[in-house]
Amino acid sequence: MAVSEENGTATDGRKPRTRLISGPGMLLVWLYGVMVVGAVSRSIVQIATEFDHAPLAYSLSAIAGVVYGFITYSLVRGGERARRAALVCCAAELAGVLIVGTWTLVEPSAFPDATVWSDYGMGYLFIPVLLPVTAMFWLRRARGTAAAEI
Amino acid sequence: MLDALTVATSVAALALAAWCGFAAYRDQPTKDWHFIGMAVVSLLALVQLVVGIVQLARGEKPEQGTVIFVGYLLGAFACVPAVGFMSLAERTRWGSVTVAAGGVVLAVLEVRLYDIWGG
Repeated sequence: MAVSEENGTATDGRKPRTRLISGPGMLLVWLYGVMVVGAVSRSIVQIATEFDHAPLAYSLSAIAGVVYGFITYSLVRGGERARRAALVCCAAELAGVLIVGTWTLVEPSAFPDATVWSDYGMGYLFIPVLLPVTAMFWLRRARGTAAAEI
Repeated sequence: MLDALTVATSVAALALAAWCGFAAYRDQPTKDWHFIGMAVVSLLALVQLVVGIVQLARGEKPEQGTVIFVGYLLGAFACVPAVGFMSLAERTRWGSVTVAAGGVVLAVLEVRLYDIWGG
């Protein structure tokens, strides 16, 4: 956590970055971290061993993993630009969950195997659909504190 | 042996989650006793990791594949120490919530481990 401590007390000429991982942000980092490990390791194993079985599903899982990774990094890094980038990615994530979730329900034949986002993330306790909504609320609130600090 | 450990670890993980959830409810950060609890759960997960690897070395095969099995064992072992450090960095009720979430995640991993081993 050296990075976050540096962010909290950065006074050497730079503007202090907004901390995005204080309070509920820490819980978000944990849940996003779990999703990164889950989605990335799952897609690596599946792409390496049985890619031809369901190429679309496994590629979508890999994309989900990359998006989760970027959001986690942005949250830990902190700062206004990271906050905006994370907000955009959360919106993209939410859109992804909704589109892929609907797609898997409408046309199951395109998905011989599940993705992380199948059925709106049911296999992951619906965390994939709840997480971006929560994160967007959190990131919007963090804008207020950022404006107050600068 | 492995199934018993899986059950024990998931029960301990849920107990830890309830305990830290209660701390969060009372608006408290994680304290020394919570960390001892996390150490106990981590120890169970470590024993499970060792027993799992010994079982593999003795030639037993998990139903859904060795790579996935070892991956989940490692994930289960790393889970609680990770939230422990995060709750050290976040000395508020939210640190306790994070540990509670970690306990729930570990319990889910144990259910998956049970399936993967083919219990």
